Amino acid sequence: MSNIYKAFENKKAFIPFVTGGDPDLETTKNLLIAMEKAGADLIEIGIPFSDPIAEGPVIQEASQRALAAGCTTDKLFDMVKEARQRVKIPMVFMTYINPVYTYGKERFMKRCVECGIDGIIVPDLPYEEKEELSGVCESYGIDLISLIAPTSHERIRMIAKEAKGFVYCVSSLGVTGVRSEIKTDVAKMVEMVKEVNDIPAAIGFGISTPEQAKKMASVSDGAIVGSAIVKIVAKYGKECIPEVEKYVKEMKAAVEI
Amino acid sequence: MSKGRFGEYGGQYIPETLMPAVQEVEEAYNKYSKDPEFIAELDDLLKNYAGRPSLLYEAKKMTEDLGGAKIYLKREDLNHTGAHKINNVLGQVLLAKKMGKTRVIAETGAGQHGVATATAAALMGLECEIFMGKEDTDRQALNVFRMELLGAKVHAVTSGTMTLKDAVNETMREWSKRMDDTLYVLGSVMGPHPFPTIVRDFQKIIGEEIKEQLIEKEGRLPDAVIACVGGGSNAIGTFYEFIPDKEVVLIGCEAAGLGIDTPKHAATIAKGSTGIFHGMKSLFCQDEYGQIAPVYSISAGLDYPGIGPEHAMLAKEGRAQYVSITDEEAVNAFEYLSRTEGIIPAIESSHAVAYAMKLAPTMDKDKIIVITISGRGDKDVAAIARYRGVDIYE
Repeated sequence: MSNIYKAFENKKAFIPFVTGGDPDLETTKNLLIAMEKAGADLIEIGIPFSDPIAEGPVIQEASQRALAAGCTTDKLFDMVKEARQRVKIPMVFMTYINPVYTYGKERFMKRCVECGIDGIIVPDLPYEEKEELSGVCESYGIDLISLIAPTSHERIRMIAKEAKGFVYCVSSLGVTGVRSEIKTDVAKMVEMVKEVNDIPAAIGFGISTPEQAKKMASVSDGAIVGSAIVKIVAKYGKECIPEVEKYVKEMKAAVEI
Repeated sequence: MSKGRFGEYGGQYIPETLMPAVQEVEEAYNKYSKDPEFIAELDDLLKNYAGRPSLLYEAKKMTEDLGGAKIYLKREDLNHTGAHKINNVLGQVLLAKKMGKTRVIAETGAGQHGVATATAAALMGLECEIFMGKEDTDRQALNVFRMELLGAKVHAVTSGTMTLKDAVNETMREWSKRMDDTLYVLGSVMGPHPFPTIVRDFQKIIGEEIKEQLIEKEGRLPDAVIACVGGGSNAIGTFYEFIPDKEVVLIGCEAAGLGIDTPKHAATIAKGSTGIFHGMKSLFCQDEYGQIAPVYSISAGLDYPGIGPEHAMLAKEGRAQYVSITDEEAVNAFEYLSRTEGIIPAIESSHAVAYAMKLAPTMDKDKIIVITISGRGDKDVAAIARYRGVDIYE
């Protein structure tokens, strides 16, 4: 078991996402430090991929910017290792199966351990394919985070039963991105998770306002926010640190109430 | 290990949101592919709407000119809508209708699959939206208008490299937004299970007809069958029936673009490595970090950085051979077949013709080669003219 459970101990978690290397790795490193300071409980770091099929335009563009700026998986590992000297909260990678597979699954996990990464989220690795990584993750103590979606229905129990770290509840159909309204009965999804496994469940996709975060956290163990933060990074570039810090503070306060 | 494996390749590497949709397709396919009524309806459409069986034409002038093996052309270009794509699309759109779907979406490269999907949707009364890379909507402007004429809505995809792979990304994203009433009609033997199997089953009629027609004409099997490979649907359709016939050499022709030793090619088997993308484990053109490479070919239909998982398996087992053909060789073959036989092949199919032009002279006159002409070349005339320096647009 990794340290991920600590993010949820006696509190509602606020989980920000940033795309690694956007606009550059130095800024990402400073963002990790600043977001912890602002109250983040767990951080998701996106390893940019050329073809992120589960992402909306905001994170797609961030991935393109990061790759164009020369971010590679190796450089990202090096940066996270440096950041780990300062950042104490759990950190997980979010990426697609191909960057992990092509890097070498074993080699990838070994480096995750070196850098203090606690878990990995792979949106294109559904339950039926999780054996691709579950064995190697287990042997390195990296939690392979499972996702459940509004379409999962009876699959939720099957997935949650074997889930590690926390369960990522996808709030809406489609891809990542800010939404004005979340219509799915996410409370029901979380309930089904808890029926079969005593594991934290956090909700992501579409959350951007403190009101939404508060509402989502009230029916789960935490709120995950990606596109809204990546948008701030896109707007302010290297000057984004204080803006993101301010936003994370506000969101953390919202989920705590 | 999940379902839908071809050796180590294949699988279902897709977001959880889409898993139930893909499983619904699988269940429906398993049911209807054995349903006599479905089979009869599809047979009727293939015969009376698409014009099957397509001709197996003896290319006497080409045979004589090349001076080696006897050459037959499997004329998929004569199908309604001008390419083999209609075989698969009639099957999948009929399946969509049986499943109670009211809308189909599809990716397209050259536009042939998009046109075929729009055609079948018009015929069967379904709403249709097509995703096509912006670069391809420019290269194949006439096909865009053709799809619109058929009542489809065409989205020009501006993400990534703005070509076929990005069109697939965008169609998958769209499907994950709306799947209750929508079926993704995949155009090639790629993507997550069950698509590589479904598309192959709907395309295997090509090889089945070749076998029957050639036995009737020559009383024997061919020595080699040749087809072009992008995702690989006309090639697998050509090969599948012959896989157990070990004496038949199966040859797939990939796009070498400006040459496989340049960065501008789409030769997945020659230059790619194993990866996991677009729902499948297969071979892909990619860098050391698993970033999918921007590929290039003069042919929009072969301009894809991956290949269907069954081809990856056939290549690994050595059951099929894969060769690469440059733009220049393909354009020469395009012009050669036009002049020699009065048949203008698609630039995709011209890759297969180009390899046959090299192979036939090395074979004895009592040998037989079948080339699948997967589509007609009308759509490519303006692009070929531009390649030759004549500045005309459609």
